[in-house]
Amino acid sequence: MATRRSGPIEGLAAGLLALLALASVSLFVGVADLTPGRLLDPATREAALVALLESRLPRTAALMLAGSCLAIAGVIMQMLTRNRFVEPTTAGTTEAAGLGMLVMLLFFPGSPVVVKSLVSAGFACAGTALFLRLLRAVPPGSPLLVPLTGIMFGGIIGSLTAYIAHHHGLIQSLGAWRNGDFSVVIAGRYELLWLTLALSILAYLAADRFTIAGLGRDMSRNLGLDHGRTLAVGLVIVSLISALVVTTVGSIPFLGLVVPNLVSLAMGDNLRRSLPWMAICGAGLVLACDIAGRIIVAPYEIPAGTVFGVLGSLVFLYLLLGRPSRAA
Amino acid sequence: MIEIEGLTKAYDGHVVVDGVSLTIPRGGLTGIIGPNGAGKSTLLGLIARLLAADRGTVAVDGLNVATTPGEELSRRLSVLKQDNSIAARLTVRDLVAFGRYPHSRGRLGEADQAMIGRALSYLGLEPIADRFLDELSGGQRQRAYVAMVLAQDTDYMLFDEPLASLDIRHAVSMMHLLRDASRRFGKAVVVVLHDIDIAGNFSDRIIGMKDGRVVCHGSAGEVMTGANLTAIYDIPISAHRLDGQFVTTYALPEGAAGA
Repeated sequence: MATRRSGPIEGLAAGLLALLALASVSLFVGVADLTPGRLLDPATREAALVALLESRLPRTAALMLAGSCLAIAGVIMQMLTRNRFVEPTTAGTTEAAGLGMLVMLLFFPGSPVVVKSLVSAGFACAGTALFLRLLRAVPPGSPLLVPLTGIMFGGIIGSLTAYIAHHHGLIQSLGAWRNGDFSVVIAGRYELLWLTLALSILAYLAADRFTIAGLGRDMSRNLGLDHGRTLAVGLVIVSLISALVVTTVGSIPFLGLVVPNLVSLAMGDNLRRSLPWMAICGAGLVLACDIAGRIIVAPYEIPAGTVFGVLGSLVFLYLLLGRPSRAA
Repeated sequence: MIEIEGLTKAYDGHVVVDGVSLTIPRGGLTGIIGPNGAGKSTLLGLIARLLAADRGTVAVDGLNVATTPGEELSRRLSVLKQDNSIAARLTVRDLVAFGRYPHSRGRLGEADQAMIGRALSYLGLEPIADRFLDELSGGQRQRAYVAMVLAQDTDYMLFDEPLASLDIRHAVSMMHLLRDASRRFGKAVVVVLHDIDIAGNFSDRIIGMKDGRVVCHGSAGEVMTGANLTAIYDIPISAHRLDGQFVTTYALPEGAAGA
């Protein structure tokens, strides 16, 4: 709430500029020959413009949207569970969203994507609520047990999903949900992801509530905050974000864990101050991973989710082992 | 005024607070003493609506805490629990600023900033105001929590063993501060205390508890007698006056250093 650094606005502006620079790079990297020069040259302009509007712009937007909202979903879950290692892929949220998608594919394959996403969000919500319920059995003071429980819980849902998918020849769809791949993003197939922007803004408006929830149930009640309602609002936001990302581009494991932890190290957990940075860093990191994935094996591509998976698990290990855990 | 009527709370059939009826007036410092398991913390939690009572009512200035909206209560009554393992990485100033949340709902005005500044300086936290809580010692953190409650600026402030992580110097200065707050700003401060001498010397009133019941309740002078304390703690304790202070002594086994 109180500002302490001089010029937080200037800092944010610098961060946004860096992000825009990265986004411009993303616009002009890839197989199709798209350069600022070709955009300006009348002879090639038309083809270049199509590539820009149909493929590169949607892809870049999707990367930034997914990166920022996953980071935000991660930090909300960390505040609500008061555990640094909880995020949608370590709490069963993502897996439950996948199960929801599978159910829709099997029983209502013709329904609009919005409906599929909403049902998937419902599954994500139920899965996460069940996880929170399981957490009551985890002894306090053992912060690592919480994500381990969540990963196992997600594993069970994931196996069930895989079993059903295998029976119906839908295994390939599963892979798409689990590993964020932005090469499939073209205009007309990702627009639902813009809803996450609204959810991120909603999260920002409720930032103080989530920070207070992070102080614990008793402290929340002391400050007159309805802890249960904050928990419910957070749960819905996180579930919707997870489901929207899973159904459009596929999840990016550990992103919601790595970004909040790094940002928190630098500037703490007052979400009013740190949430914009979570969004910028999440977007930037995913952009960078996608660009790297396009360059490393050009003209082929490594999915951004895979690139981040390598990077993210290393940072995750560092966070687990490299510094004393404050999560309790 | 806090009015407590027939308050009862049981865990798994084990009664922890047993039909307590009390009145705690506005203003002054009230100490709650008693052995482990006497129900002191539970009583405090019930008054502060952190726990739901099985039977009985608590009313703060006539408002039933079980039915009054939390937002309204949070401007009248604040509570600091003993165990505040905050995982969130906040600066001292941020934490204290959140004490204003019941009033500001996140939009800090000038009056809020003034109150935050006052609370920080009152607890001598200015030099470390921009440090993160997880970088501080236990005692510094404890002072930050107390500053947050002071910034909340409620007429009733409840503290559950606020001295637990403080050395004698900081413990005494904390008690001075709490008593000063109760006197100067007319707050009712209720403190669960383990140190009987400190309770005797700083409290305007003392509530003695045992087995979930109030065994004695009165001014410090009335409660701080050998007979009362012996009854509360189940060991022979005698109370003395030394240079105007309460000093309690307890029976030592034969051959012990002081015997």
